[in-house]
Amino acid sequence: MNWVGIIRRFWAFALAISIPLIFLFLSSFGILGFDYLLHIAILCGIYVILSVSLDIIVGMAGLLNLGHVAFYAIGAYITALLSLHFGMNFFISALISAAASGICGLLLGIPALRLRGDYLAIVTLGFGEILRITLNNWDSLTNGPRGLTGIRHPSIGGFVIERPLHFYYLVLLLVAVSIALYWRIERTRMGRALVAIREDEIAAASVGIDVTKLKLFAFWIGASLAGLAGSFFASWTGFVSPDSFTFMESVLILCMVVLGGMGNVLGVCVGAIVLSSLPEILREFRDYRMLFFGLLLIVMLAFRPEGIVKSKRRAMELKRG
Amino acid sequence: MRGIALRVEGLTKRFGGLLVLDDLTFSVMEGEILSVIGPNGAGKTTLFNCITGIHRPDSGRIILGGDGRDITGLKPHEIARMGIARTFQNIRLFWGMTVLENVMVARHSLNTYGILDSILFLPRFLREERRVLERSMEILEIVGLSGVADEIAGNLPYGDRKKLEIARALATEPKMLLLDEPTAGMNPVETSDAMSIIERLRRDFGITILLIEHDMNVVMGISDRIVVLDYGKKIAEGRPEEVREDPRVLEAYLGKAVELKKEHVKGT
Repeated sequence: MNWVGIIRRFWAFALAISIPLIFLFLSSFGILGFDYLLHIAILCGIYVILSVSLDIIVGMAGLLNLGHVAFYAIGAYITALLSLHFGMNFFISALISAAASGICGLLLGIPALRLRGDYLAIVTLGFGEILRITLNNWDSLTNGPRGLTGIRHPSIGGFVIERPLHFYYLVLLLVAVSIALYWRIERTRMGRALVAIREDEIAAASVGIDVTKLKLFAFWIGASLAGLAGSFFASWTGFVSPDSFTFMESVLILCMVVLGGMGNVLGVCVGAIVLSSLPEILREFRDYRMLFFGLLLIVMLAFRPEGIVKSKRRAMELKRG
Repeated sequence: MRGIALRVEGLTKRFGGLLVLDDLTFSVMEGEILSVIGPNGAGKTTLFNCITGIHRPDSGRIILGGDGRDITGLKPHEIARMGIARTFQNIRLFWGMTVLENVMVARHSLNTYGILDSILFLPRFLREERRVLERSMEILEIVGLSGVADEIAGNLPYGDRKKLEIARALATEPKMLLLDEPTAGMNPVETSDAMSIIERLRRDFGITILLIEHDMNVVMGISDRIVVLDYGKKIAEGRPEEVREDPRVLEAYLGKAVELKKEHVKGT
């Protein structure tokens, strides 16, 4: 890690921390609808965590996962249930939710990772749908399509996190944790091995890399982080229902990863922020949202397949086909 | 007397109806350079794929020397961890990674630190990563690529790619190296360069080398012994000068001498 890199990262976070304060200052004069902006920012934060977690699976390991939203849902529902039945504190239930999602990732991965490419995509897609339908129909546990309400807000000691600004800083903390985790994986033997697997599985195995084990590792980490995002989502909105976890959500997260630049955490964050804030900015055109996303993806893949932020390595792989 | 490094016993492999390896038996001695030669389609690369676990043989056994362990049917990464490394005929590098990263990644299974060591920058992580970097640079030095360590592998010229593949195999600290046509497509300068690297690996590091090669100058120049395959069968085995004179080998390579009979010639 070099100094230039540290300063660059520091600036990104310094901006993220300070911008809301500036807005807060402005809004105290009644200039801006501050809470609404924070709402969008928090949403962006959740999608950044989801995209980063999906990029560990898709970008680093090269495994196409079309059911990522399932892990998000597991995290959200477990936090909701723990809060409703045991009144559990968010900070404990978040850890439990992340761990449970991670275990589900492993359980799905053990049989599914024997499959390659398209087949894996179909299995993960199926998993996401099965989970959503289960949530919809298991009335006694999940209250079906009506969802679960009254999830407690996070609290530390006696301090309850209720105001959007507090939620914003909480999600920023989780974003920082996710990105730090991504960097730490990228810069270690696991990260190198995952890239090697993505580039050439046979060659990777020939130098002693246990391909299946590392794929499971990627699935586990990705699922855990998505579970964490789900947990935050549940305690932020105080409400979960199967409607939040449709197949289109998985596709949307995948679009963020692809658009931003697979295998590049900065790009993925940009993709997540752009795609999650655009629909809010262009509210009048929201009926055409999917049409627009589809078009954007086609244009991107045709003219800049590496994504918004180019990763040198990825560009080389695409060039070689 | 040197011990056996690897023994192949009655190895048979079929692809559908095609018998690619037919009851093949031979031994590789510790510290020798053994070449496997034969016409195209003789089963040489399939032999390598069976030894390294990419293909599972239909019958026969592959036994490691020393402890006499049967490694038939193990997974590729398990075999690599037992000290058998290889290169590929159609070079398989990690094209988007740098030259240095290609070598570093091959040391994956020699390290033990986990994700927690990495997140918390624990001493084990720092120590092992430093060692990976040092040793990888040493290995690049051996094959003469330390000057291009930060180049993306896909940008290397052909000869350097072949060398990088050898470096990557070396990074697993193998006892035995399987080289699949290491000099194919090289110009004479690159070829003699590659030959000296191979000889050095055996001399300085005591690595046993199993070599597939078509260039007869290379084969005759550096092999201690040669195994000749034809249609998956071993048709000859011995020192280079013995194999060179063997009539069956000449026949496999040049075809059988046919006496022309009069009726064939008549009327043409």
